Amino acid sequence: MQSIVEFKNIFKSYPGVIANDDVSFNIKEQSIHAILGENGAGKSTLVKILYGHVKPDSGEILIDSDLAIINSPSTAKNLGINMVFQHFSLFESLTVAENLILGMNENISLTKLKDNSKTICDKYGFNLNLNSPISSLSVGQRQSVEIVRSLLNNPKILIMDEPTSVLTPDEITKLFKIIKKLVKDGLTVIFISHKLEEIINLSDYVTIMRNGKVVSTISTQNEDPETLGYKMLGYKVSKAKQVSDINFSKDIFNIKNLSTQSKDPFTINLNKIDLNLKKGQIFGIAGVAGNGQKELMEILLNENDYEFSGDIIFKDLNINNLSTFQRKSLSISYVTEERLGHSAVPEMSLSENIFLSMNHKSEFKKGDFINFEKINSYASDVIKNFNVDTPSYNVKAGKLSGGNLQKFIIGREIMSNPELLILSQPTWGIDAGSEAFIKKTIVELSQKGVSIIIISHDLDELLEVCHQISVLYEGSLSNPLNVKDINITKLGKYMGGLLD
Amino acid sequence: MSIELIIGILNIVLISTTPLVFAGIGELVTEKSGVLNLGLEGLMLVGAVTGFITLVLTGNYFYSLFLSIISGVILSGIFAFLVLNLMTNQIATGLALTIFGIGLSAMLGKKFAGTPIDGLNPYYFIVISFLLVFLVGYFLSKTKSGLIVRAVGENHNSAYALGYNVIKTRYLTIIFGGVMSSLAGYYISICYAPMWQEGMTAGRGWIALALVVFATWKPWRLLVGAYIFGGVAIMQMNLQAIGVKLPGQFFNMMPYIATLIVLVFISSNKVRLKLSAPSCLNIPYEKNS
Repeated sequence: MQSIVEFKNIFKSYPGVIANDDVSFNIKEQSIHAILGENGAGKSTLVKILYGHVKPDSGEILIDSDLAIINSPSTAKNLGINMVFQHFSLFESLTVAENLILGMNENISLTKLKDNSKTICDKYGFNLNLNSPISSLSVGQRQSVEIVRSLLNNPKILIMDEPTSVLTPDEITKLFKIIKKLVKDGLTVIFISHKLEEIINLSDYVTIMRNGKVVSTISTQNEDPETLGYKMLGYKVSKAKQVSDINFSKDIFNIKNLSTQSKDPFTINLNKIDLNLKKGQIFGIAGVAGNGQKELMEILLNENDYEFSGDIIFKDLNINNLSTFQRKSLSISYVTEERLGHSAVPEMSLSENIFLSMNHKSEFKKGDFINFEKINSYASDVIKNFNVDTPSYNVKAGKLSGGNLQKFIIGREIMSNPELLILSQPTWGIDAGSEAFIKKTIVELSQKGVSIIIISHDLDELLEVCHQISVLYEGSLSNPLNVKDINITKLGKYMGGLLD
Repeated sequence: MSIELIIGILNIVLISTTPLVFAGIGELVTEKSGVLNLGLEGLMLVGAVTGFITLVLTGNYFYSLFLSIISGVILSGIFAFLVLNLMTNQIATGLALTIFGIGLSAMLGKKFAGTPIDGLNPYYFIVISFLLVFLVGYFLSKTKSGLIVRAVGENHNSAYALGYNVIKTRYLTIIFGGVMSSLAGYYISICYAPMWQEGMTAGRGWIALALVVFATWKPWRLLVGAYIFGGVAIMQMNLQAIGVKLPGQFFNMMPYIATLIVLVFISSNKVRLKLSAPSCLNIPYEKNS
């Protein structure tokens, strides 16, 4: 087979980081070529260069052995390169049909579009309603729209950036079937992932990247997750071990019959959520993004005066009407999903970010003034105890890498000795080393008697650290399942809404 | 009330509301692409004075209309360059454009204030304003170019990722908005008044801006909103003429208050606003490098 794409000495740097350092490798025609690497390894930058979204500092790309100068996404599309983005490039308030038309290279009539998209949908088993607005679709359906939109242009090369990160196990199986069929029909697929098993199941070849450099390009035939993982990281990661056979007795936190009735079409309504958390227990809330996680977190935090019915009870006290700070004073701590802009203010120093979260504690204040001595020493302790790699507590939060900032934020909350810790996506988008550290910290914390709720899309993470898991699907929470005797297929069905 | 009086009132409402329709429909297109141009008032004044001076000097309506439009192209082109290429703050730049326009028009028009001219028949422009609303509505909802404008205003990063030129699209919509504002100004100084007086647009640019929001970015609603404002403005004059005993300031307030009440009422419906508001409005767009 011939090479369809050749990267030659691609170099791209951003202030302070080298995203791609002398990257060279070839992609064979009609193959599934995976690019594997940790977050920040440079794989997204590389495909964005191929798609004309980012300009390389130097280096060349050959398409079909011809030098290609790809300045913009439209040039890429004319060369037959299409991309399915990790964070979809769809227009929320427009309909599916309008989104499809916007992705087309040529102008076609609505009837022709309908015919063409129907042909593709029938052939590959997509199910789209052309008249629905995107805002009403599930994440999986949105991805289908993106894929169909790319296929309408008859591409030669399809780039898929982390396509499985938002899907349920069932949807992933279905997607893989579609990809294999597409390749059989002549397409070349570039598949980006950091999930080792997926790469081995799906792809023919894999290029492993680390710190912007290509480690190697190999056939996946003789690889297993362990060997591939070692090549990706350069070291071995130990898994956190949860002790699952503990008899929990003391109730610490209860949600009873929690429902919302918002008329906003951009929010998911929660439907009679019940949750019971014992002392020292880790409870996982699994589910595909966009099934009510954001809304649930907002209610638990009481950030936006969200209207709801039902009761939230912490240690026999109804906290429905307590403000965020009042809840924090009762020793409930939170780590929200967005690290920058929500958990931390990027332009402020680490010390200042400590104060913003601990404002309810009088020890950090001298009258109306900030007690910087106390705060700085608190910040130093967090940095020391949680392995945060930073020269000092005066560094701005935005300067830290995702993993370091997350360790800092989680450390900040844990050091305030909470009895209940609520985490949303604690390890999303961070390096494997920090991820392992955070998981280990969470498990140890629960063994000291702290109760923990983790809201996460990452099933592997939940299975590794939780005692019990429930699935959130379209605003409803399933009955809790014990992790030690859990059935993955069943869990996947819950996530896809196939079981009540 | 006699039939003649009613027809007379309707006639005045039509004539006085048209500038709001022009400026509003232009701003609507600009905002649909995600750019907030607060410079309408300045653009209108410069358009008004340019058209007026040219007419006085040449006596040619075509030249005066043409130069008035060119003034809109140039000024909104500068605005576009500042906010799109240099990524200045849209609100500050728009305000600066208004202040600049007020000053420039006053300076240019100083010698010409009070010069008598033969005005143009407003009815041509009134018909054109209705046509424009229809065409813009059709353009935005039915054509691919209109879809691109909406897409750029909805999510500029996605639009770029799909291969659309965000900057170019916005240049075009800003300049369209600028030309419409100039036309509104031209109409005021050549058809409606017809004369030149410093600051003669009397805040219509701001009303047009408010109307776009009031209309939740829908052309037909904009037309209705403009006529509510225009209607109340004329009605209060008639009430004063009839001799309703209230302080004069109160009458002057009425159209603003009426529009404000409707505006507050409409904007309080967050869901409806969210559905039709361009999500990228006033958000600077930085091209990836």
